[in-house]
Amino acid sequence: MNRRQKHRLYRILLAGLLLIAAVLSPLEGWPRLLSFVLPYLLVGWDVLKKAFLNICRGQVFDENFLMSIATIGAFLIGEFPEALAVMLFYQIGEVFQSLAVQKSRRSIAALMDIRPGYANIYQNGELIQIAPEEVKIGQRILVKPGERVPLDGLILSGSSTLDTSALTGESLPREVSPGNSIISGCVNLNGLLEVEVQKSYEDSTVSRILELVEDSAAHKAKAENFITRFARWYTPAVVFSALALAVLPPLLLAQGWSLWLNRALIFLVISCPCALVISVPLSFFSGIGNASRQGILVKGANYLEALAKTEILVFDKTGTLTHGNFAVEELCPEGISQEELLETAALAECYSYHPIAQSLRAALGRSPEQDRVSEIEELPGMGLSARVDGRLVLLGNQKLMEKFALPQKECREEGTLVHIAIDGCYAGYIRIADQLKANSAEALRELKGLGVKQLVMLTGDRKEVAEAVAARLGIDQNHSELLPQDKVKQVEELLQRKTKAGQLVFVGDGINDAPVLARADIGVAMGALGSDAAIEAADVVLMDDNPAKLPLAIRISKRTRAIVLQNIVFALGIKLAVLLLGAAGNASMWEAVFADVGVCVIAILNAMRALHIKKSRKI
Amino acid sequence: MKKSFKMQDLECAHCAAKMEQAINKLEGVQKASISFMTQKLTLEADDVRFDEILEQAEQICRKVEPDCRIIK
Repeated sequence: MNRRQKHRLYRILLAGLLLIAAVLSPLEGWPRLLSFVLPYLLVGWDVLKKAFLNICRGQVFDENFLMSIATIGAFLIGEFPEALAVMLFYQIGEVFQSLAVQKSRRSIAALMDIRPGYANIYQNGELIQIAPEEVKIGQRILVKPGERVPLDGLILSGSSTLDTSALTGESLPREVSPGNSIISGCVNLNGLLEVEVQKSYEDSTVSRILELVEDSAAHKAKAENFITRFARWYTPAVVFSALALAVLPPLLLAQGWSLWLNRALIFLVISCPCALVISVPLSFFSGIGNASRQGILVKGANYLEALAKTEILVFDKTGTLTHGNFAVEELCPEGISQEELLETAALAECYSYHPIAQSLRAALGRSPEQDRVSEIEELPGMGLSARVDGRLVLLGNQKLMEKFALPQKECREEGTLVHIAIDGCYAGYIRIADQLKANSAEALRELKGLGVKQLVMLTGDRKEVAEAVAARLGIDQNHSELLPQDKVKQVEELLQRKTKAGQLVFVGDGINDAPVLARADIGVAMGALGSDAAIEAADVVLMDDNPAKLPLAIRISKRTRAIVLQNIVFALGIKLAVLLLGAAGNASMWEAVFADVGVCVIAILNAMRALHIKKSRKI
Repeated sequence: MKKSFKMQDLECAHCAAKMEQAINKLEGVQKASISFMTQKLTLEADDVRFDEILEQAEQICRKVEPDCRIIK
């Protein structure tokens, strides 16, 4: 509790005691009025002051102003205890509300407390601690066991195990040794590490993640915008009905003024929409905070809201449903030896970082001599051509062979085939296979259970491979042998077919599929830890590459939306009920105060539940 | 240019929404967003007039909530 809140609380307590004394005291007439007005001013002067200042600025429908009118009105019709009590409870509610908001803000901040406190550096031979912001690129820092890695960098010496759970939500330790890059926010578990800093603090992973989550609040959900719009007419509507209620019945029915004035004042007390205006963004923010704790970064409340309505889920295969760790499974040469086939292929691919090239190098067991290769030309979507030891090598998929009218061997086994032709003669193929992730199938089943209508897989891979994978995972539709631009086209076609409210979500590795990520309603990048490009391109970022995070994200989205809906229905329901009861003369100021601040506090507490949506919990 | 600013003593969620609406109506503002939860103003506005617009935005905030400040 800060000083202001404490100060307010003391005033409330004192005024409360004075209220009890005033009710019990035997005073009559002016002294009695004074015994209520003094504590009223004590507890409510800041409200009155703000109300006055705001009228001067033309802010009529301000809650301070409305509360002032309601209470002053109550004094005028002789309801002294009510007048004081309403102001008192309004203030209690305000304190409660600001405490609740503060608490939730803190617990969200605590959830995301991945900020490193300091960095150890050597200065004049002495080890000192400085703020991570002050460390410059190229400087060497020391990370001791148990410490959080403060900046992104490269390990120079030492090896250790890192706990990445603060970033990914998974407590799978990661082994690191000299030469590995290291990401800020991880906790060093056992060894002493010397790290060369490669990014300044503000560009480091931790800062970027925190910035992302903070900025996510700027992308407002539809529900939030709806409530803001609603609030804009709710308050004037209630105030004008209060006015009508105060004036019309006495004039038309010739009834007493004070009775209807009292009812009108009840309206004014309920006219503030704050329960809704606070609880909706708070729910989304809690949901986003919760998700980021579990390694799911959602870049806006709008995306968190929309995820629940996922209708078509489109996957890129490699790296998403499968590991993307290709391994050479079979060498099938024609006219040359197995070794020659592998060596030629590895040489031709010697400059490539494609997973297939890496698996060829891994199978060769040594790095290919790059000076034996020249004239490398990429043939997008097909493969490449290169001159190896002076011979023209064509290396790629079936399309490439067809283009050059080369006969090729058939293969029924699962995997990717790399065909090779040397000097215009077909020389055989190398079969490379990728493994499915262990929990892909389960994650997809769960997604279906969460209401996703269609699962679609897009891949540049062979038809046979795509079909085998799709059958094993229960994918509804698969499109294979696609070039990068074909994927965008497929997604556009699917967008045409979905219902208006449904969302098309694309899940990829975020590196090669930025255009598709951008085209989909929601783009999800998987395994993005340490990849700035992926974090940049996607709307939702899964820090690790675990497909189980997808159903989790959708579940958090659904729960959050449910909480938002509960709050809207609850808050509006109570307010409406008290308004009706008040108009009919069946509600007092007390109910009105509850409908205002009581509802607000309950809605805030309910919103906080979005912080605690867990993996295991089914909806 | 897009920049975000911390806001101090922003106490009422409804006020934040009012400020946001008014700032969005300022000339030269592409998009303004105030988050009550993070107490942050994200302002996207013309480069040339950015400071001027920010000044106007601050006036709006003060008008809606007298104690509220934008920390620059």
